[in-house]
Amino acid sequence: MPALIEIERLTKRFGSFTAVDDVSFAVDRGEVVGFLGPNGAGKSTTMKMLAGFVTPSAGTARVCGHDVVDEPVAVKRCLGYLPEGAPTYPEMTVSGFLGFVARVRGYRGSEAEDRVARAMRLTSLEGVRLQPIETLSKGFKRRVGLAQTLLHDPPALVMDEPTDGLDPNQKHEVRELIRAMAPEKAIVISTHILEEVGAVCTRAVIIARGRVVVDATPRELEAPGKTLDEVFRELTLGSAREPALAATEAA
Amino acid sequence: MGATLAVARRELAGYFATPVAYVFIVIFLVLSGALTFTLGGFFARGQADLQPFFNFVPWLFLFLVPAITMRLWAEERRLGTIELLLTLPIAQWQAVLGKFLAAWAFCAIALALTFPLWITVNLLGDPDNGVILAGYAGCLLVAGAYLAVGAALSALTKNQVIAFVLAVAVCFVFAAAGSPVVTEFLSQRIPVLAEVARQLSVTERFGGFQRGVIALRDIVFFASFIGFWLFANAVAVDHRKAD
Repeated sequence: MPALIEIERLTKRFGSFTAVDDVSFAVDRGEVVGFLGPNGAGKSTTMKMLAGFVTPSAGTARVCGHDVVDEPVAVKRCLGYLPEGAPTYPEMTVSGFLGFVARVRGYRGSEAEDRVARAMRLTSLEGVRLQPIETLSKGFKRRVGLAQTLLHDPPALVMDEPTDGLDPNQKHEVRELIRAMAPEKAIVISTHILEEVGAVCTRAVIIARGRVVVDATPRELEAPGKTLDEVFRELTLGSAREPALAATEAA
Repeated sequence: MGATLAVARRELAGYFATPVAYVFIVIFLVLSGALTFTLGGFFARGQADLQPFFNFVPWLFLFLVPAITMRLWAEERRLGTIELLLTLPIAQWQAVLGKFLAAWAFCAIALALTFPLWITVNLLGDPDNGVILAGYAGCLLVAGAYLAVGAALSALTKNQVIAFVLAVAVCFVFAAAGSPVVTEFLSQRIPVLAEVARQLSVTERFGGFQRGVIALRDIVFFASFIGFWLFANAVAVDHRKAD
């Protein structure tokens, strides 16, 4: 059986700039892949292509066997996607917003109510269900976005910085949630926080300047007696420093 | 269809969750009423009909409708919710249609709230209610035409002011195309274009409805006009969504 998420030679060019360059990897059920890289490395663009929001320039990706270019609606049906910054409609209440997502996803009546209730329970949002989202704190807003991602209990999850802006307790909660879901789902999370990789991920994919530089387990990465931090800096800065040095010398 | 209606419902509720809806409705009712009774000479004409009201509606819509549509896509882009909306399992045309239907329903509500004018003419005299009904249908189609233009232009920019100004300008072209100033100017220089301009004029088409004539070709015109701009809207959303 093919993996739930398959990325095949995915490439995105914006004019002459190549944001994502020939990226390939696969994520199977039970795996949590930490997608790492410096800002601007192409993490978000890759995830947007997986979610069908950005059209690839070359290559493709499949989610649950559906091609993101040819069958975008089928992909979106079996994928839970948390966009960067977890955008939501500020004037809506939490339950109103989740009800809207449920209806768009085709749930009606008591099934829609059950789905919304379950998503709110998973993300501990019951206490604020009738509050407009704009009145909530950053942590709660992020959780509303997470609830939207989990509403349809998708087999594949793609989350762009799910713990960004959360306090340590909230981060812990989100990680617990991801860990609990991990056995029956294929999950990709992007993050800047390296400790997170050790905490929840079964695999780490590091990308720099649009290319995959490492695809390994967190343990393998740390193996040669270095911390994850050092490895990350070496891999992502290593070759980027050369042009910078060259520029200083020329000046 | 369910997803389209879910989008439309959310959008319509969104108007009423902010002061936008109330400000729009109040301004529309005040201006349409005031113009009808003052400049329109509602009483002085001595006729029981709504012609003075219908004369002003397309020109009021010219400024008010772009105020509704300017936020339609520009706001989604600014908030980043466009990424959420377009990664839900709906086709792009469903999102486009849902938003358009919501804005159209909102205009219908605003138009329906002018019912006191209709009651007034019926109390004062014995108007031809068929003509009035045709006039209202025409107003709704004009609103739909302007909405489709405004929505498509809103999809091109993140900036609501730009969306508004562009929409007013483009709607004005289609409103003024049938006016004597334009057609006379064109018929003296490029006679072929004068007829084209008249055919494409939203106000010229509206004139038929105002006289109580619902012609198939006018309905076809509005349907294809709206269809064309909704298609342009979908193309614009598709090309500029990730910018």
